Formats: sequence, C-alpha cells, structure tokens
Amino acid sequence: MKKLFLLLSLVAMMAFIGGCGSNKTEEAKNEPTIGFSISTLNNPFFVSVKEGVEKEAKKLGVKVKIVDAQNDPAKQANDISDLIQSKVSVLIINPVDSSAISASVKAANKAKIPVITIDRMAQEGQVACAIASDNVKGGEMAADYIIKRLGKNAKVAELEGIPGSSAARERGEGFDKIAKKELDLVAKQSADFDRTKGMNVAQNILQAHPGIKAIFAQNDEMALGAIQAVKSAGKHILIVGFDGTDEGKKAVENGSLAATIAQRPELMGQLGIETAMKIIKGEKVEPKIAVGLKLITKEAK
Amino acid sequence: MGPLIGLIALFILISILNIDFLEPSNLMNLLRQVSINAIIAFGMTFVIITGGIDLSVGSILALCGVFLAAMIKGGMNPAVALLVAGIIGIVLGAINGLIITYGKVAPFIATLATMTIYRGATLIFTGGNPISNLTNSEIFHGFGAGSVMGVPVPAITMFVAFGILCFVLQKTPLGRYTYAVGGSEKVSFIAGIKINRVKIFAYAITGFLCAIAAAIITSRLNSAQPTAGTGYELDAIAAVVLGGTSLSGGRGKIVGTIIGALIIGTLTNGLNILNVSSFYQQVVKGIVILLAVLVDRKNH
Repeated sequence: MKKLFLLLSLVAMMAFIGGCGSNKTEEAKNEPTIGFSISTLNNPFFVSVKEGVEKEAKKLGVKVKIVDAQNDPAKQANDISDLIQSKVSVLIINPVDSSAISASVKAANKAKIPVITIDRMAQEGQVACAIASDNVKGGEMAADYIIKRLGKNAKVAELEGIPGSSAARERGEGFDKIAKKELDLVAKQSADFDRTKGMNVAQNILQAHPGIKAIFAQNDEMALGAIQAVKSAGKHILIVGFDGTDEGKKAVENGSLAATIAQRPELMGQLGIETAMKIIKGEKVEPKIAVGLKLITKEAK
Repeated sequence: MGPLIGLIALFILISILNIDFLEPSNLMNLLRQVSINAIIAFGMTFVIITGGIDLSVGSILALCGVFLAAMIKGGMNPAVALLVAGIIGIVLGAINGLIITYGKVAPFIATLATMTIYRGATLIFTGGNPISNLTNSEIFHGFGAGSVMGVPVPAITMFVAFGILCFVLQKTPLGRYTYAVGGSEKVSFIAGIKINRVKIFAYAITGFLCAIAAAIITSRLNSAQPTAGTGYELDAIAAVVLGGTSLSGGRGKIVGTIIGALIIGTLTNGLNILNVSSFYQQVVKGIVILLAVLVDRKNH
C-alpha cells in the first residue's frame, strides 16, 4: 500500500513536470485564459489548427488551455465542463459533432463564457463567432476540376468523411450538386476521414467498379490512402483531395495527387485566438468568418 | 484498501498543484464525468469475476443509444423508451452470454465478434448519421444533465446501481455463485451451481448497465452518435483492474471498481485542470494502470 502511494505520487509529479511547468495558480486568476477544445489531434489538419492557436497565443502573450476530445463527443462534453470549471475567459471549440456540442455550448452560455467555433459549427446555443471554410464551395471546386480534366460524364467515386459531421455533409453537398448532373457518380462510401480506412474503402470501390476515372476524397488523409490503393491496383486514376495538408501538398507536387482543395487550418487557429482577444477586450466581432479555400494543383499552387 | 489510498493520494497531489480542483462544483463535475465509465465497469466486474471479459460494451451502448433516440424522436414517452432500451441492452448482453455458454466460445472471441456486429447494426440502423434534436422533455434531459440538490443525476444513478449491485454480489446466493464460477467451474458444477445461468446473468446485467450509460450520454448530448462508446471497453476493464479485481476471475469487488473509475476520472479531470497536454495524459493513464496492477500482484 505504501508502495502504491509512493508510485502514484511519482506519476502525478511526473505529469506535473511533463506538461505544466507554467501553471501558476496565483497569476492565472488575473490573467485572461483562453480554453480550446479540439476534436482530435490524431489528424494533421487539426494539429495545424492547434499550432495556429499556439503560435498566435504566444505572439499575443495570452495563456491557452488545450484539451483533446479524441473524436468522442462525450469526452468533449467532459473536457468543456473542465474548461468552464477552470473559468476560462473565452472558449474556442472545434466540435466533434455539430449537434452533440449544443449542450456544451449552452452550458458555456449559462456560465457567461463567450464561445467561438472553429471548422465545424454548433447547431444550437449562442456562438459569438463561427470560423469555418466554405466547404460547399470547396466541394463544387473539386467537381469542376474533375470535369475540366476528364470531361463530362466521367465515372467518379467519392470517399466521404465521418458520417453526419458538417464538413462531410457540406463537402458532399457541394460535390454531389455538380457531380450528379455532369459526372457519373458510381460509388460513395464513408472512410471516416481516416487514411487506412480510405485505402481499404478505395480498394473495395476499385474492385467493384473497375471503370472509375477519378476519386474525390473529402479530405487529404483519405486521398493519401486512396493513392496507395490505386498504386497497388496498378491503375491511373485522378485523385482529388481536400484540406491541403503538408503531405497532401507534397503528393500534389510529386504528381500522385492531382489536386487538393486547400483549407487554411493554421489561419483558422490564428483567427480563433485573434477573435478571442477581441472579445476579451470588449470589441465587436463578426458572427461568421469564412476562411477562403484554394485549389492547389501542380501548375497552380 | 490499496486503490482507495491511491485515489486519496491523487486527490491530495492534484489539490496541492491547483486548489480549484477541490471546489464542490468541480467534484460534482467529476462525479458526472465518472458515472458513465463506472456504470459500465460495474457490469464488467460481474463478467470478469466469472472469469470472462466483455469487449462489446461500447457497441451495446451505441446500439441502445440510437434505438433510444429513434424511439424518443418517434414520439414515444421518454420513460417508456428508457425501459425498452434497457430491455434491448439485456437482450444484447444475454446474446453474448448464450454464445459463450451454449456455443462454448471463449468470451474474448465471442464479444469481439458481437462488438463489431452490434457496431455494424448501429451504423446500418442510422445510416451512419447521428440522431439529433430528440426532445425538449425536461425529464429526459435531466437524466444526463440535471442535478438534485447539487448532485448530478448520473452520479445518483451510479450510486443507486452501486448499492444494488454491491448487495447482489455480496449478500445473495447469485453473488456467491458468481464468485464460485470464477473460482473454479469444476467445483461449482459439482456443487450443483447452474454455471450457464450465472454467466448469462453477468453478461445480461452488463448489457442493461450499458443501456443506462447510453441513456445518460444520449440525454446529455441530446443526440445519439453511431460512433459513441468506441474504446469504452478498455476504460471499463481498466477501472475493474485498478479496483483490484483479478482478470483470472473469482476475486474482486464492486467497491474497488467504483474507486478504479474514480481514479481514471480524477486523472483526466485533474490533468485537464492542470493543463497537461493530452498526449502526456494518455501516457500517465497507462502508467497508473500498469503500476496498480504490478503493486497488486506483489501484494498477493
């Protein structure tokens, strides 16, 4: 028993040293702190958002508490109640799910903590500012690009993101709107925004529909998975990704990925902190910030 | 006693580092957070004491959650829907038990299979989309988000379940049979214990508790996610093991499990409050589980 006590103490001390050398309770009470709940850090896109947040916070000299929901809406609810508990001045939330986050947003409203959402939005509750890419437009851009390269009525497949997430819904909506009219959309399956799943699903689709000419993946991770599947099948297929992650851009450069619709995750994180600081200072903020998208191809970066 | 001392040590340490941790509102917050894992882990304790394991708890939770959400969205009285969801949970758990006993499949394999079957069924039922905006019923929201005299309702649910299950395990014949089956199936058989019934009960009660946990999550988020509960089996097993229950069966207590769940919850809540990076948090969690088991092994 004594051993257990000692060991647990050791572990807790290690955690203290490992992560929070900067935690000074006395000062924290007066300084504004921004709370940031991120959906997952198991995806380079969100890691970039986090880096944007960290950089901008460092630049402006404000403290940020970052919690990672690991893609579990229930964990995110817990994380946010922890942030509300530690009385952050502003909450920046990157929701796992737009509807499930509503309860947490309302809880923050109740505690009178202003909420900013990044990337995905909240269905209910009061949000001071929603920062997001124009995903519908991005989906349209991808469809237009495929038409430009392959002509009308080319056979295409679509790899969808996490079902029900607003990013998957909106990108799909934009792409499908054009694809259903001017392309031949033969397969549409979810690969949860995940690279391995993207590879497996693409393999299955290639197996089932050998005549496919293009694949649109709703994010770069799935697109990179699809590249592997296409390679091992020995085919030449036009692949278009979404997000413009570092790896995605590299794949565009070496030609394995035809194009990616680039989001600007770091800028989103940056804007999150900027907006939070405006709120802290009592300045007015726009209720919506649409972060621009960019088509990246080998020719046009 | 070991786990309790560990929990107290953790409390003291986190409080020294940040006194805000001890605020009553945070402690209530902590209880609400712990309740879901604890409730699932209570069932897991029964299963593990019989010498089994249940990997399908997260999937049962998801399937019960989406059924519950669909029923409520369809206009059913939330209380009735809750009852039906509970029955669904019992049935799903009992299926596990039947496969294990009458099918003579190892619990690990059987529940690994049903884990993916139940998850698949959830995705088929919902088409992969969450079921949201269920109801405005205050009673239903209260089940996951409400408080009675400052104590969160999920925590009350947890304590009620705790009381009943403690009684069942320590004071009833069924409880004694559960230990006996886990201790030695041969001896139990000779003693005339209906082994299959005891095992099926353990899995069925786990299914029921998963349904309760599903109701708490669904109520709290006002939405049922088809991916809910992914990985919850590991947290539940961790809580049971931290509480000193032996994975080889025959030994363990519900009271240990609730402390185990509190240790895991306190770690997550405390490390969040201390602003420790979530990457470190996962390492710390793993180390704590490992150390607890190592120390436990030395004591026996």
